[in-house]
Amino acid sequence: MDPFESIKATFFQECEELLTDMESGLLAMEQGDDDSETINAVFRAVHSVKGGAGAFGLEELIRFAHVFETVLDEMRSGKLHLTDEVAKVLLRASDVLADHVAAARSGGSVDEGRTVGMIADLQALIDQDRAAELGLNDDGDPNAGEEDFGFVPVVLSLDEPTADAPEVDVAALMAAAAAEPAEAANPVAAPGWRITFRPKAEMYAKANEAALVLRELARLGEVEVALDADAVPPLDQLSAEQAYLTWTIRLSGDKSEAEVREVFEFVEDDCELEVTREGETAAADVATPADDDASASAVEAAAAAPLDLDALLARVAGSAEEPAPPAAPEPVAAAPAAPPAPPAQAPANLDVVGLIALAEKASQDHAQTQAVAPKVEQKAEPKAEARASAGAPTAATPTIRVDLDRVDRLINAVGELVIQQAMLSQRVFESGLARSSDVALGLEDLELLTREIQDSVMAIRAQPVKSVFQRMPRLVREVADMVGKKVRLVMDGENTEVDKTVIERLSDPITHMLRNAIDHGLETPEEREAGGKAAEGTVRLAALHRGGRIVIEVQDDGRGINRPRVRGIAVSKGLIAEDAVLSDDEIDNLIFLPGFSTADVVSDISGRGVGMDVVKRSIQALGGRISITSEPGKGSKFSMSLPLTLAVLDGMVVSAADQTLVAPLSNIVESLTPRAEDVHLIGGRDAVICIRDTFVPLIDVGVALGFRDTPLPPASGVAVLVESEGGGKAALLVEAIQGQRQVVIKSLEANYQHIHGVAAATILGDGRVALILDVDALVTTSRRKAPRIEKRMAV
Amino acid sequence: MNKTVLTIDDSRTMREMLNMALVQAGYRVIQAVDGVEGLEVLRAEGADVVITDINMPRMDGFGVIEGVRADPAHRATPILVLTTESDATKKERARAAGATGWIVKPFNPTKLVDAIRRVAA
Amino acid sequence: MTDTVTQGVAQRRELIAFRIGDQEFCVDIMSVREIRGWAPATPLPRTPSFVKGVINLRGAVLPIIDLGARLGLSTSEPTARHVIMVVHIGERTIGLLVDAVSDIINMSDDLVQPTPDVASDQVKTFVKGLFALDGRMVSLIALDRVLPETEAEAA
Repeated sequence: MDPFESIKATFFQECEELLTDMESGLLAMEQGDDDSETINAVFRAVHSVKGGAGAFGLEELIRFAHVFETVLDEMRSGKLHLTDEVAKVLLRASDVLADHVAAARSGGSVDEGRTVGMIADLQALIDQDRAAELGLNDDGDPNAGEEDFGFVPVVLSLDEPTADAPEVDVAALMAAAAAEPAEAANPVAAPGWRITFRPKAEMYAKANEAALVLRELARLGEVEVALDADAVPPLDQLSAEQAYLTWTIRLSGDKSEAEVREVFEFVEDDCELEVTREGETAAADVATPADDDASASAVEAAAAAPLDLDALLARVAGSAEEPAPPAAPEPVAAAPAAPPAPPAQAPANLDVVGLIALAEKASQDHAQTQAVAPKVEQKAEPKAEARASAGAPTAATPTIRVDLDRVDRLINAVGELVIQQAMLSQRVFESGLARSSDVALGLEDLELLTREIQDSVMAIRAQPVKSVFQRMPRLVREVADMVGKKVRLVMDGENTEVDKTVIERLSDPITHMLRNAIDHGLETPEEREAGGKAAEGTVRLAALHRGGRIVIEVQDDGRGINRPRVRGIAVSKGLIAEDAVLSDDEIDNLIFLPGFSTADVVSDISGRGVGMDVVKRSIQALGGRISITSEPGKGSKFSMSLPLTLAVLDGMVVSAADQTLVAPLSNIVESLTPRAEDVHLIGGRDAVICIRDTFVPLIDVGVALGFRDTPLPPASGVAVLVESEGGGKAALLVEAIQGQRQVVIKSLEANYQHIHGVAAATILGDGRVALILDVDALVTTSRRKAPRIEKRMAV
Repeated sequence: MNKTVLTIDDSRTMREMLNMALVQAGYRVIQAVDGVEGLEVLRAEGADVVITDINMPRMDGFGVIEGVRADPAHRATPILVLTTESDATKKERARAAGATGWIVKPFNPTKLVDAIRRVAA
Repeated sequence: MTDTVTQGVAQRRELIAFRIGDQEFCVDIMSVREIRGWAPATPLPRTPSFVKGVINLRGAVLPIIDLGARLGLSTSEPTARHVIMVVHIGERTIGLLVDAVSDIINMSDDLVQPTPDVASDQVKTFVKGLFALDGRMVSLIALDRVLPETEAEAA
């Protein structure tokens, strides 16, 4: 992938994490958490989204993030206070930000009106706030902290210019220029710049280097550099923390002043810097004869020597009464001279000789670096490489990022291993080998080991349900807004892990259950208050592991199921008989019956078009179950349980019409051998079986799948009682049960297409493909064929 | 030997951006996700230049600057701060704390490398 | 797949020829993954008769299409002498049941002639061109139409 595109992908991935962090922070703030670290974390999240968006030029996203960030910054600095109202606005803004990120990712667009409205709401927060606290804002002075810096600059020139007062620069410049002998001696045809650069101690304290600046300057054009070291005091007065040197540089070429000044960008506030056109200098010279004695005498002295580095260095040496070593030759940037020792350097070694020695080496960046930071060459090389290539490992838990494809390939391979192992076992036992033989015992160990490997591998792909849960607060806000209810969402067990294949399928059922809980379960604020409850309803979303499955619960503290009403609806829809005797639980679970939430009820109950029967079917399709418990006036609780993975399944292997089939264990209640007298025919050939005084449809699997036309005589087969939607049951008639087994789920759709009545395929120990039954589809089909069975059975 | 740049940023995107630009320019890059880790990495592995974000959890960029400048072994290490702030406040605070220079986000790779060259031999 | 009939510049390609009954067909060698002997397939419920079922190919579940039945030719029950050509069709991998693989042909696209009108609709659906080879007629199969998914009979 294009590295830029791959970083962009990283950005959007990171955005998801940032949006999650942001939302949990905002939710905490909504609960009154105004801890500065919470606010800071939210600010950082928005800030990072903006920063990344900036890198990719995502204008819309930047624009919105900027406004959002500004509000959060006001909060961070204590200018905007956290109130319920503010938290709500911020939460809505986080939703809009998420929309912007999604739009930027997909290249789509966002609801412009919503954005504009949101921006207005955000700005209203600041404006209102600013109006209230006008005049209190005094911490914005950009220079506030600067003067605290602990070094007092020692200045060579008496008229010390400051960066803030450029007009003073001119005087200094002119003074310097007046004294510059090279000007007259070597008139240069090409227009150029004359630059006087006099670092202050602060510059070195910040690890800036004059030599580097000069080197960069040399990249702009030909330079001639003169070093004025007159200010270097005698050795015994030399202070390690002071700056003594001044450079005068003539730069030829046609660079703009801005380009020249950019080189000094980092140091301009920590040095005296004058940049003038060559020609102007001359004019200044005439207009203003040296107006400063000290400065003039210094430069006059300099003027005696020819302008070359050797001489300058000799001067430096002379002032320290030491012989001058040769200077760095052309064409080096002619910018020697090390800084007079930033505090980091050992002060004891600092003398002018040392300075010159450093100056001499200026062309050897390397050497200088060593002098400044001797440690840089001694890095733990392999460790550093590892860090760089592994992204940024955090110190706490070392993790690696692995392509999901690789994990999937591994899981597939382990799936094959499981099948091969099962095949091998089967072959060995078919060969008549004793179970106590060494081979058989070895196989048993292999089986255990295989299981262990499989579990470990599945654990790699396990993810916390957080990724699904994190989308829910927004949904809850939106639904609550839409129906005019006040809702507090409490989430538990976000870190409960489940296989990736399941995670992806959790979102829809949870969404439906939450909608149902808010729309149907909770009362309006007025009703709640009238009933002595808090106006704000609570919906609890929880995940937990139980019995090798993951359980998702959605609980509300609303009105509970109105049983007389539900019962009435079920009767009027013909779903139950008018005089059917049903337990409370059975009545509650009527809401899962297909046909219960038809159009006229939908708007009332589940709201957005999907009935609970669909929810139940989709959960059952995953090998899951859903049920509801309810207490009138106190609330309801939906519980759904799902297998921890959709890659393997615990199944019951059965035979029907000479085929080997697998029924998911999760659907199976029990199995029994039907007695002929318990089976009754209804109409032509639809049968029901009476199990403990309850009639349930008896479905001949071979016939239902079209493998044969004639039903099996019931008494010669086995009935597997399965749970179907609506809490009703059906019995699947098969020829025999071969046993229980964990099977690896293989998609039929990958290479073929969906087949009604078949959920998936698997590969059995003999290497052949076996089909996994879609129990719910089978039962639904039979129900459609005989719609009144349940009514009859209830009579 | 290639110069080593330590990048400290809590944003993975930004770290990867920096990494791409720096590696292409021939630098060796080591990374840290916040100021605390940044100082640890600097002490353990050293660096020729430190590039640090300002807003970070645990320890922000100002903390990094102060930490580096207070460490005798690394006080002369150049530090560039990453800033998106158009207002000068953050930049000035960073300068006051001892930052060597700054890089304004969003940056382009040329500017980034220019900035490093201006502070690292 | 490239439309081999209308390509302006004649491309050379390798084809695998196979027999069904007394007729000869071929497919582009690039779409053939492997050729294996017939092994019993697990039947699928309520599928057209030309879908023989599914087999396990190293862990993947592959549908087996009886190509003769698909083309409307008379077929017999598969035996161990039959072969399955495992072919890629887009993202999918399927097995084609044929009598035997007969040849590998290297030929140029411009030798392919359009299917004449005399052919039945069923043949025209699956055969995208004909060519002559040593006096035999070989039909080029349009693999992307072999699966039943888009057809009414799949329902």
